[in-house]
Amino acid sequence: MSDVAIAAKDLTRTFGSFTAVDHISFEVRTGEVFGFLGANGAGKTTAMRMLIGLLAPSGGTARVAGHDVYTESEAIKRSIGYMSQRFSLYEDLTPRENIRLYGGIYGLTRQQIRERTERMLARLGLAGVADEQVHSLPLGWRQKLAFSVALVHEPRIVFLDEPTSGVDPITRRQFWELIYEAASAGTTVLVTTHYMDEAEYCDRISIMVAGRIGAIGTPADLKKQFGVDSIDELFVRLARPTADRIPNPESRIPDPGAAPSERRQ
Amino acid sequence: MSAEGSGSRIPDPGSRSVVVQELVKRFGSTTALDGVTFGVEKGELFGFIGPDGAGKTTLFRILVTLLVPGSGRASVLGLDVVREYRALRQRVGYMAGRFALYPDLSVEENLRFFASVFGTTIEREYAQIAPIYTQLEPFKDRRAAALSGGMKQKLALCCALVHRPDILFLDEPTTGVDAVSRREFWDLLGNLKQSGLTIIVSTPYMDEADRCDRVALIHRGRLLAVDAPSAITGAFDRPLLGVRAKERYKALLAMRRYEHAHSVYPFGEVIHYTDIRTDAPVNQLDQELRAFLAASGFADASVEPLTPTVEDTFIARTAASDESRIPNPESRGAA
Repeated sequence: MSDVAIAAKDLTRTFGSFTAVDHISFEVRTGEVFGFLGANGAGKTTAMRMLIGLLAPSGGTARVAGHDVYTESEAIKRSIGYMSQRFSLYEDLTPRENIRLYGGIYGLTRQQIRERTERMLARLGLAGVADEQVHSLPLGWRQKLAFSVALVHEPRIVFLDEPTSGVDPITRRQFWELIYEAASAGTTVLVTTHYMDEAEYCDRISIMVAGRIGAIGTPADLKKQFGVDSIDELFVRLARPTADRIPNPESRIPDPGAAPSERRQ
Repeated sequence: MSAEGSGSRIPDPGSRSVVVQELVKRFGSTTALDGVTFGVEKGELFGFIGPDGAGKTTLFRILVTLLVPGSGRASVLGLDVVREYRALRQRVGYMAGRFALYPDLSVEENLRFFASVFGTTIEREYAQIAPIYTQLEPFKDRRAAALSGGMKQKLALCCALVHRPDILFLDEPTTGVDAVSRREFWDLLGNLKQSGLTIIVSTPYMDEADRCDRVALIHRGRLLAVDAPSAITGAFDRPLLGVRAKERYKALLAMRRYEHAHSVYPFGEVIHYTDIRTDAPVNQLDQELRAFLAASGFADASVEPLTPTVEDTFIARTAASDESRIPNPESRGAA
């Protein structure tokens, strides 16, 4: 039990007549870096929102950090960290203020906040700009800071939704080293990305196709199993059918509490 | 200073669709473009490759006459982007990175609107857009907001093509779109190029460089290189080795401590390594690295010489002058 961070069984979500997530079952082990891939519209954002307690499933079961997604969504929110593309920081606040704000929200003591602030700023090399407003910092710095802020309450699991979108290649790699570091300290990481090379950085990946899990395993095993040279090739082969599926969000029930998805389009 | 590589020809203004010299654009204290010089040949598929904030959007806005340069010159189709902007606007197609479509209008209404702005109709231009529009027609009554990401892009491309432009500027058409739709979009661009259209496209995805005839690597308002993708990777100045190890992260950290290491970066399941000794033969570097890894407890590690990618080159060029550790406030909306 304690070495399974996420366990989903037949997890399903429908919007009207449209089945966005269709009986998916999978497990993520504690300390694993799990890549959650799929074409636009394949259902990964909906699945992720169910796992972080923002959206109630239509069917199936899931436990996240040991908590039930139906009845313990508040406990889930306290046990996880979440970082979306780039919008999780308050840009008019400084790095120091952002850390203090999130630390306060998660109920850390002043002492804890003070210690973690200094540790994080030093680790990220941001001590020199700790009191500058976040919007004046380069995108790559903001993203690394957002990641660290998502970890400020030392969650068991962190969900990263396209965390490296648009950053330069060096920063992208520095970001992945932060991920590895968190994972080697025991934090479970579930990450979505459109960079197929990043899929290969994961311990295991799943590829969602039309609401279902089309493939799941280690990148090396999947390449062997499907006889392809790269995850990019596998993705194109599997995800091809979804391009024709074209889910129509018009048929979805509005969900005012949910974060906007696919905001870059 | 021009960043053009040896592969490009002597400028002949007559055959060039775009000529840009020493272009500079500042927003307050931020320099979005810092002396950019390049040319694009007629009929080329030309790519600007660089991360957010590199200056791609500022450059495109200047070239499509939506923004006036601070200094320097730019002409498109032989027309000056400042003095002759009216004539130029009729002849360029522009697909902006975001907000290019009216979300509450249907597919067909969007297209009809853009056609009417340029004094034409869908029917009159059907042949031009047919290869793309036929894929959208089954959904022509659907609101643009309800399209999938890939479909939105195809519609935006149709809207940019409907007045039959002589040159097409596409600003990050594939950003945030999944790998399959990206591939399909580049296939479409390849087909459009066959019709003789000059196409200039920007992207943050380094692996898309190979789809272009020539690319410019852009970072912090400057061009790091302008050349064919093969020439850019061919200019990589030292042997590149790829290392595979089961414990990849630990191997990476160990390699960073290797006394001869110049650069160590993860690339998918392979770690890319370069050595500070530029003049040593690859075999020697290979054997010594192998020995180091074995001695460091990575008995399973394998080492092989690799052909550099555009991303390797980009990293090498930006790391050389890396200011990413120094606070350098960059403009957000503008660049």
